[in-house]
Amino acid sequence: MSHLTPSADRRAADIAAFSRRHRFHWFEALPWLIAVAAYFMFPNYLALGSQILAIILFALSVDLVLGYAGIVTLGHAAFFGVGAYTAGILAANGWGEPISGLLAAAVAAACIGLASGWIILRTTGLTLLMQTLVVAAMLYELANKAYRFTGGADGLQGMSVWPIFGTFRFDMFGNTAYFYCLVVLFFGWLVVRNTVNSSFGRSLTGIRENVGRMHAIGAPVAQRRLVVYALSAALAGIAGALTAQTAQFVGLNVLNLERSGTILVMLIIGGIGRLYGAFIGVPLYMIAQDRFAEADPTYWYFWIGLAMVFIVVFLRGGIFGVVERLLARSRKQ
Amino acid sequence: MADIFSSIISVGFHGLALAMVLYLISVGLSVTMGLMGFINLAHGAFAMLGGYLMTWLMSRYDVPFGLALAGAVIGVVLISVILERLLYRRFYGGDELDQVLMTMGLIFITIASVTYIWGPVTQPMRPPAALSGQIDLGFRSFPTYRTFLIVCGAILVTLLWLALERTRFGAQVRAAVDNLRMAQTIGINTSRLFAATFALGSGLAALGGGLGAEILPITTFYALENLVYFLIVVAVGGLGSIRGPFVAALLVGISDTAFKYIAPEFGAFFIYALTMVLLLWFPRGLFGRT
Amino acid sequence: MVSGKLLFALASVATLGSVTTASAQTIKIGWVNSYSGFLAQAGDQMEKGLNLYVKLHSKDLPPGVKVEFVRRDDTGAPEVGKRVAQELITRERVQMLMGVVASPVAAAIAPLTAEAKIPFVITNAGGVAIPRISPYVTRFSFTLWQTALPIGTWSVKQGWKRGFSAVADFIPGHDAEGAFIKGFTDAGGQMLGSVRFPPASADYAPFMQRIKDAKPDVAFVWVPAGPAATAIMKAIKDLGLREAGINIVSAHDLLPDEELPNIGAFGADIVTAGNYSTTGVRPANTAFLKAWDEEYKGKAIPNFTSVAAWDAAHAIFELIKTTKGKFTGDEAMKFFAAWKDPNSPRGPISIDPATRDMIQDIYIRRSEMKNGKLVNTDIETIKAVKDPWKELNPPK
Repeated sequence: MSHLTPSADRRAADIAAFSRRHRFHWFEALPWLIAVAAYFMFPNYLALGSQILAIILFALSVDLVLGYAGIVTLGHAAFFGVGAYTAGILAANGWGEPISGLLAAAVAAACIGLASGWIILRTTGLTLLMQTLVVAAMLYELANKAYRFTGGADGLQGMSVWPIFGTFRFDMFGNTAYFYCLVVLFFGWLVVRNTVNSSFGRSLTGIRENVGRMHAIGAPVAQRRLVVYALSAALAGIAGALTAQTAQFVGLNVLNLERSGTILVMLIIGGIGRLYGAFIGVPLYMIAQDRFAEADPTYWYFWIGLAMVFIVVFLRGGIFGVVERLLARSRKQ
Repeated sequence: MADIFSSIISVGFHGLALAMVLYLISVGLSVTMGLMGFINLAHGAFAMLGGYLMTWLMSRYDVPFGLALAGAVIGVVLISVILERLLYRRFYGGDELDQVLMTMGLIFITIASVTYIWGPVTQPMRPPAALSGQIDLGFRSFPTYRTFLIVCGAILVTLLWLALERTRFGAQVRAAVDNLRMAQTIGINTSRLFAATFALGSGLAALGGGLGAEILPITTFYALENLVYFLIVVAVGGLGSIRGPFVAALLVGISDTAFKYIAPEFGAFFIYALTMVLLLWFPRGLFGRT
Repeated sequence: MVSGKLLFALASVATLGSVTTASAQTIKIGWVNSYSGFLAQAGDQMEKGLNLYVKLHSKDLPPGVKVEFVRRDDTGAPEVGKRVAQELITRERVQMLMGVVASPVAAAIAPLTAEAKIPFVITNAGGVAIPRISPYVTRFSFTLWQTALPIGTWSVKQGWKRGFSAVADFIPGHDAEGAFIKGFTDAGGQMLGSVRFPPASADYAPFMQRIKDAKPDVAFVWVPAGPAATAIMKAIKDLGLREAGINIVSAHDLLPDEELPNIGAFGADIVTAGNYSTTGVRPANTAFLKAWDEEYKGKAIPNFTSVAAWDAAHAIFELIKTTKGKFTGDEAMKFFAAWKDPNSPRGPISIDPATRDMIQDIYIRRSEMKNGKLVNTDIETIKAVKDPWKELNPPK
């Protein structure tokens, strides 16, 4: 491998690449331009649009633990759900201020993330996967049981979210919701981007690639994994709160296995550990789901499933992975 | 006092029946994960297909129960062999995320396919007259079908153990689980072994799905709704083991029934809590290999 | 955020521009039903009732007026139901919402109709408080209080003094439990206990064992109509509840007409209260059953959800005829409030203008084997029952 004995040229290029990573590239503006354009082009689809934006944030939070820290989770709905219920219960009980609702959701989800992470992150592999799954399943049952607070299987009825800054009312067409989600997603993305490009983020990648060596060089592995897990939980909580506030409803499905599974699927479709996989995979999946469901309300699962198998067999590494391979090939030529 | 005793017996009985179903379905999953290093989330789909084929043969063509069950198992084994050759094989020992994506995709496809073929309605499971109602075992009476289920399960478990302990195939499987490379080196055709194991596991799942249609009703979302239970049995039991999932299934089946009897409103909460504690205690499962 | 405000101004222009006012000649109705999920079977019954009415009576509409049903699947989950209802309103611009099997789904949709000011005609979801959520809700089915309270009173009259209730843990289950206990204890009965289980439970044996151990005279069991009802009947049989001397009563959901052949002889001698059974002897019912059998060729049996969808479609078609297809949400609600139909397949019905719920006859039915088939036979009729809960709990 060339990494072992890099040529002087190669090293200079590496250093240059490393110092450039923080800078913004022109293509990073692309998703935001598309999002604003979509607002004007599809005014009847803003409710879907704001959901997509919130789920992108959720996918980013999963990418942080999965793509950068290598924690395979099948239970991230736990944090999404805690966030959604926190914001929802606040709004149903007389505190409908949205932004403080988001913050409360972030704190609650981070606490659950810290507590559960402290317990389960000592395991690895399939056992860890099962532990994440079980944590979400326990919260699901608790939410079902806490009927008085959550409405159980009936869902949380009677949420009333106040206008943002007392001015922008959440309308049924989703105008406010769309921009609200877009702005929150932007800040969430900045946080994730800075995290993965920091030395902390690099050490996470190190842990993912070679735990033994990271221990050897004295990195506080357990602590770093826990911190990133809690940070990711907070972001997932905010995503859940966004969904709750814009839909003005919370159902038990915010905590179920299907949610944990599909977010993973969306991320894999886009590409993992690339920061932009979420921006590709989530809209693709959710728009496809919306189209298929409308054309054929019962059988959209078939086409989604077929697409997933197709991607695994023919498009390894997700769409971003394929694009990168194509770019690399053209560069070689 | 007699009441409490009677409740305990009843909970133990229903728990045992659930455990048998869980074991039959999960043991194949445990072996595929241990042997091929493959996280087959779609394993429950084979059990579901078994249930669908069996109830369909029985209600549509009036095939007798036993024959319908056998037909369902054969059908599922054929499907699983095709899938194994076409899809699964490419991903043995590969990236687990690819496996998750592909098997989730397969779950979605089966959900849609069974809805298309058999409709969204739960399939009726009508055991033959001889197996319905109650049976008097001397000291008290029990539901006949579940008694039959427990007996069947016990026989199958014994047969499976014998097959793995006493036959050449069993020895090969055990060797491959212990050390795959060594097994290949001494000339075991692992590709064929994988296919055979996969088919056996799927067939057992179909058997469990069909036999257990009373307890885990055959609905379109079967493969997704019951997935957690199957995974718990595998993880708690330990990968690649035959005995582990059995003990785990007993533990899950009986404690789940007990918790539902004592505190029905909590649903499955306690079973998840138990799983969490057990996995912290035994990260590799009760009978996992280190 | 100056630019933000500008965006909003632009956005509202864009939104207005894209409004496609439905042509006066095509009336778009959003039909929300459970095509999948744990209530799919009840959804199928409801769908068949609607389709039959529309097929037979589309020709009666004023010339040039068409009704288009935009159908969506709520999967039985409230969050999905709310989303599809919102899409029906904002994307499809429907003039009316209709359908809904599950009470939680209806409760989630109801607030939207208050904001959009469009009528919401419920054809099953029986959660008792739902019409209070929005003034645009009206309901052609029933409430659990209408059916479960009378069966509680009736049970005590049979000399069954010690009761137990077991219900599915969601809105209608809570209604059923409350109503039965109210009827039962007011008449002098004593409750030994009650248990709630998750609505989508798989195995009912542990719950039924609880009842058996409590040894009541009568057990009130409620689950949503469909496979859950059949599964619970099976558990009752397997555990020998009847042999242990426990009488089983319920609302009609436990023994819906289409499940009777699946349940068979064991389901005999169970008493339920409901608003419709196929055996009801009325000319309107005979005509309805004849049309049904012609359409579905004996492959389906209607139940109370089919009839509710049929009756609601009838009211909507009459509204369209009366107004020639031009009505606002408020006008439609006024029309429904005065709705009376002396000739529904289930008997005389009307909408109570005060509650926007049905006033209808409730039948106490005993299941029995007749000519080798299990049927529900009416043994007592309680005339013109209003929803008792709304009388006990007047709006504040």
